[in-house]
Amino acid sequence: MKRRMGLVAIAALLAGSAFADPVEGVDLVINGDETLVIRAPAPPAVSDIFDEVYSGWLYRDEATRAMEEDDFDNPGMVFVDQALDTWAAEDGSEGKSCASCHQGIESMAGVRAGMPKMNAAGDDLWSLENFINNCRTNRMGAEAWGWNSPEMLNMTAAISLQSRGLPVAVETDGPAHDWWEKGKEIYYTRYGQLELSCANCHEQNNGRYIRSDHLSQGQLSGFPVYRLKNAGLVSIHNRFKGCIRDTRAETYKEGSPEFRALELYVASRGAGLDVEGVGVRH
Amino acid sequence: MMQRIWPAAAVLISFGCAAAAGPAPDDVAWDGSAVDASLTGTPGDPENGAAVMSSRADGNCVACHVVSSLSADFQGNVGPSLDGVGDRWSEAELRGIVIDAKHTFDGTVMPSFYKTGPYIRPGDAFTGKAADGPLPPLLNASQVEDVVAYLVTLKE
Ligand code: HEC
Ligand code: HEC
Repeated sequence: MKRRMGLVAIAALLAGSAFADPVEGVDLVINGDETLVIRAPAPPAVSDIFDEVYSGWLYRDEATRAMEEDDFDNPGMVFVDQALDTWAAEDGSEGKSCASCHQGIESMAGVRAGMPKMNAAGDDLWSLENFINNCRTNRMGAEAWGWNSPEMLNMTAAISLQSRGLPVAVETDGPAHDWWEKGKEIYYTRYGQLELSCANCHEQNNGRYIRSDHLSQGQLSGFPVYRLKNAGLVSIHNRFKGCIRDTRAETYKEGSPEFRALELYVASRGAGLDVEGVGVRH
Repeated sequence: MMQRIWPAAAVLISFGCAAAAGPAPDDVAWDGSAVDASLTGTPGDPENGAAVMSSRADGNCVACHVVSSLSADFQGNVGPSLDGVGDRWSEAELRGIVIDAKHTFDGTVMPSFYKTGPYIRPGDAFTGKAADGPLPPLLNASQVEDVVAYLVTLKE
């Protein structure tokens, strides 16, 4: 009896003050004029779990949050500029650039918000990176970029920026459904010697601290993010890799079917949050 | 604070490589969710237990628990504070929690510290690569006893 009381008292304490939730009373307003949706009613994938979903921005400290509020302070923007040069540069045997087919990069508006999605043949789920490499290899006659190469990271950042302010909205029915189910299974699998799942940290314990890290809901709306710790851009799959590695597990590879499936499922958990373009995180 | 950490680190270096005595993880004698017998047959060293709990490379218990008497920085709150835990649980119960807390708390996120598997995609520590072979438990038998010896001292 004594023990039970103790646990109940502790649980109450955790639910109260010690449980540091996403910061309240702040909005993400970019350059003083564009307000992004960083809290949204829970979408169908998580409506039985959360009332609301939150951008990872809300779990970061004030200085980090401020960097994302101004494009001049956002260290990710220089990479966007580099990608704009690449966008217009011819490459490969066909003598084409991205602009040759797509004109201005504004034509990419909405693309990030719907990723990942089924390819045109309808036989594979592709991340943004796969679509980019498909253009490079099949349309430009150029070499594929590595998943973590600067060219790829920069280009995904520049394309994501075109969806800034548009809500994440991924297709989870039809041929994508099996992928979504697979991603869900991965999300709840307790990997590695520490036996921790994505859900253990980002569903059960978001808002709490694991050592110095303030756990968020693990949403994708800020990606690719500029990570201060890495002093560079980080892709979605690279983030997944780091999280699984931290459970003392063997990770999957960037671009693997497992990570593409997981990306679709995790994206669906954040449907309704605005794409941030380039988020800034620790 | 420094005084507490340094002698403990010295203990770790001198005993850290000693062959782990005691039953293999699969042979631990459970009494419900408690384990009555010391894994080593000798009393643990609470000072080293404190070091094991604070060290990122060993227990890293403070990743999830506040322990006010430890000087470790950035103590987390995924689990409850361990202050007063020596009043709430017996030594045998605490040993059970440290060995494999899933016996006490069904489905808990707390890792099992004296267990060798089975695991899903076990990795080679924090490299992200596949484990090279069977993994040793996260803590060896004497580290478990040292941690238990420290936990029983945590009284309000
Ligand atoms: C051991 C705890 C732990 C586990 C397990 C874990 N993560 Fe994380 N994750 C973190 C921490 C800590 C951070 C950085 C702080 C934050 O944003 O939550 C993070 C960040 C993230 C982010 C970045 C969020 C942002 O806004 O920048 C994503 C996405 C993410 N995790 C997804 C996952 C997925 C998917 C899994 C499972 C494959 C997973 N995590 C498993 C601890 C974990
Ligand atoms: C990844 C998180 C995590 C880590 C690491 C962790 N614990 Fe826990 N621990 C928990 C949680 C969560 C609980 C509460 C039980 C539950 O509800 O699952 C708990 C409960 C306990 C309890 C019972 C506390 C009480 O008041 O009833 C003890 C004792 C304990 N842990 C000791 C330790 C020790 C010692 C270590 C390191 C060797 C450790 N824990 C590492 C998460 C963790």
